[in-house]
Amino acid sequence: MVSLFSFCKHIIYYLHGDLKMISRKAIIRLSTLLAILSWVSLVFTDLSIVFSSTSNVAPSVGANIPPVLLSLFIISIFVYYKYRIEKAESINFVDLLWKVFVSGLVATIVSLLFRLLLNLLGNTKLAENVIFLDFIYLINLGLVIGFLVSTFIVWKRLILYQKSKFLMATWKIFEYGLFLSLLYNLIDLPAFSWFEDVYKGILVLIGVVLSANMKWVAFLNFKQKWKGILLIALAMFYLGYFTFTLTGFAVDISEVTTSFQDFRDSVFLIAIMSFIFVYSLFSLLVILFNLPTSSVFEQKLEEVVNFQRLSQSIQTEQSEDRVYDILLESSISTVLADAAWIEEIAEDGKSIFHTHNIKEDEIKRIKAHFVANDVKGILDKGSDRTKNLGKHLATLKGTHFRSMMAFPIYVKGKQEATLALLKDVSDGFNKENAKIIDTFTNQAGISVENFRLLSEALQNERYKEELKIAKNVQSSLLPKELDQNKDFNLVAFSEAADEVGGDYYDTLKIDEHQTAIIISDVSGKGTSAAFHMSQMKGVFHSLAQVGMDPKTFLTMANNALSKCLDKASFITTSYFVINTKKKVVDFARAGHCPTLYYDSKLKEWQFFQNKGLGLGILRNSGFENYIQLNSFTYNPDDIIVLYTDGITEAKNSKGDEYGYDRMLDVVSKMADKEALGIQDALINDLYKFTGTPVIDDDYTTLIIKFK
Amino acid sequence: MVDVKRIQEGKYDLITIVGEVDASSSIELDNAIAEAIKSGNKAFLVDCTSLEYISSAGLGVFMSYIEDFKKNDIHIVLFGMNEKVRNVFEILGLDQLLTIRGEKEEAKSAL
Repeated sequence: MVSLFSFCKHIIYYLHGDLKMISRKAIIRLSTLLAILSWVSLVFTDLSIVFSSTSNVAPSVGANIPPVLLSLFIISIFVYYKYRIEKAESINFVDLLWKVFVSGLVATIVSLLFRLLLNLLGNTKLAENVIFLDFIYLINLGLVIGFLVSTFIVWKRLILYQKSKFLMATWKIFEYGLFLSLLYNLIDLPAFSWFEDVYKGILVLIGVVLSANMKWVAFLNFKQKWKGILLIALAMFYLGYFTFTLTGFAVDISEVTTSFQDFRDSVFLIAIMSFIFVYSLFSLLVILFNLPTSSVFEQKLEEVVNFQRLSQSIQTEQSEDRVYDILLESSISTVLADAAWIEEIAEDGKSIFHTHNIKEDEIKRIKAHFVANDVKGILDKGSDRTKNLGKHLATLKGTHFRSMMAFPIYVKGKQEATLALLKDVSDGFNKENAKIIDTFTNQAGISVENFRLLSEALQNERYKEELKIAKNVQSSLLPKELDQNKDFNLVAFSEAADEVGGDYYDTLKIDEHQTAIIISDVSGKGTSAAFHMSQMKGVFHSLAQVGMDPKTFLTMANNALSKCLDKASFITTSYFVINTKKKVVDFARAGHCPTLYYDSKLKEWQFFQNKGLGLGILRNSGFENYIQLNSFTYNPDDIIVLYTDGITEAKNSKGDEYGYDRMLDVVSKMADKEALGIQDALINDLYKFTGTPVIDDDYTTLIIKFK
Repeated sequence: MVDVKRIQEGKYDLITIVGEVDASSSIELDNAIAEAIKSGNKAFLVDCTSLEYISSAGLGVFMSYIEDFKKNDIHIVLFGMNEKVRNVFEILGLDQLLTIRGEKEEAKSAL
């Protein structure tokens, strides 16, 4: 008794899943072993009691032992199936019902074999022996308990599908009630026989209440419902058969003796049998009544799934075409269309067709037919798309379609495609269909739009990255240090616009007495400007070191650049060679802004008005004719101000240009200052004039002051 | 923004440029000149009276067709530029390659 109690305690632990140390497999094995042991001992004890009661021999075992063993057997079976079925991962309802069917089938076959044996024995003595009958009865009892418990566990999973708190609580009460009834079986209290009936009644009632939970039925498709009906009907048949068989045996045995394990006395067995019967009956009826509407539920589910696919397509799909393909598939499967097409309207009038079960020439025939019959308003938003189309199709020969719906697909308010759905039967579509496809096409439009926005964003990102690279290239091309000389001081300033421009300046010491200075402005902006600027730098560093005169330099630079500049690009340049030995500056201008020069002796500022032509404008031998070689002798305190058109063309908020006059104004007041002072004054005045740190074109100056 | 129109006026085609030619609008100017060359006409007057501003990209367009003008024996005369625009042409040296005149009558006789 003590060991039984501790075993029950363990069982309770198992039921709560607290004992996780023992694996599922071990529990299944252990419970199997216990079930077999308890059943075998039940058979022996019960048979010996029956034997002693019929042959008037004092029983060797107490009458209270068999009920204990029976309860033990039931609990073992319960644990076994709980771990076999309840903890299984699969939640396929038909699979669960299949399990019920199989356990019932096995039990029935075994039971039928014994019935056959009994029939073969006929009216022999053995067949009428009450002990033999009791033996067969006990076998049947064991089988039926196995079947009942497995069915109970399956029913539990079905009932608790999409459970609520209340349902869980009710189920727990029911389960504990059943468990207590097993304990109750152990104590024989005749004084409380009325209580037994009440207890039975309560359990049956809770069972009926629980049987109202049939949510799983809705999730079966048509085919599964038929399977369900078949399996449940068979389960009910088994239940009936077993009840009939057991009752037969019980009646036969009770004619001889009452001291056997009569299942009719067991509250547990009666309650569980009635529960299984009621739930089977309920589910059978519910499934049966749900059969005609199952296609509707399936369709709704399909719609939801399709809709989800469409909205997800934006994140996962590689192209707009794929979005249209999904729209086509989803629409067809949702309204069960026989054929469909999507026409992507291209700007050049050549449409792209996505088709299903229809050829392009048939589409063209149908479209031509509509045009010929002056059918309008099909593709307008808001019109009833199911109306009248079938009538027009009926007059078209060579097509077997009799009904049609068409939907426009709008992207950013512009119709980009048309979806058409066709059916063989007339009046094949209803308003419900039209509504759902309308949402589909709207979603597809949004998907396409989002898809484009995403690609645009990526493109922009790429462009920005490119600009960043170009800007880095540009700034790295400008010299870190300028070649100074005891005869002159040189300062430079360059601020690149956001949209990369192509201003360039550089110096090169040709020899001890000669220094080459260059300032350039590449036409255009962006990456190509930065590219051309690097070409200019290459040309400068390769030609200047040779020590050629400025005109030759520009002519050769023009030759070199003519082969690599694109058609509409040119580079303006001013090139200077300062000879400190002769105190002479040689210079030439190739389309660059006129050089501003201060003659300290005359105290005069002037813009050099020499001729010139931008590099790359004339890409043949005639170029040198347009270039002048100039030179002047410099004196201490003379100033050369070089700049790019970014400065003279800088605009203020009113749209006025900074211009040559303002520049001259500022610079001329600073004639006695060092180069850096002049530069600072000019740049400060420029920013003050524009009133913004944002610049449209590069600001570049290079100022030389002679000593 | 720029507006480029071409109309036939006697022996020559008159191209009128109105507005500002910058990097983006230079494409329009480019298309107009390309069309003018395609038309097969050999004489063009370009009215720059209302050309308010021209950027280096705009100059690049004129520059890129100088070779084509020569090759196809096309005579083209620009006229009516304001001082600023003319200055831009001159600094770059394009005035040495293109015929630029002050008034329309002068331009006609230069054809």
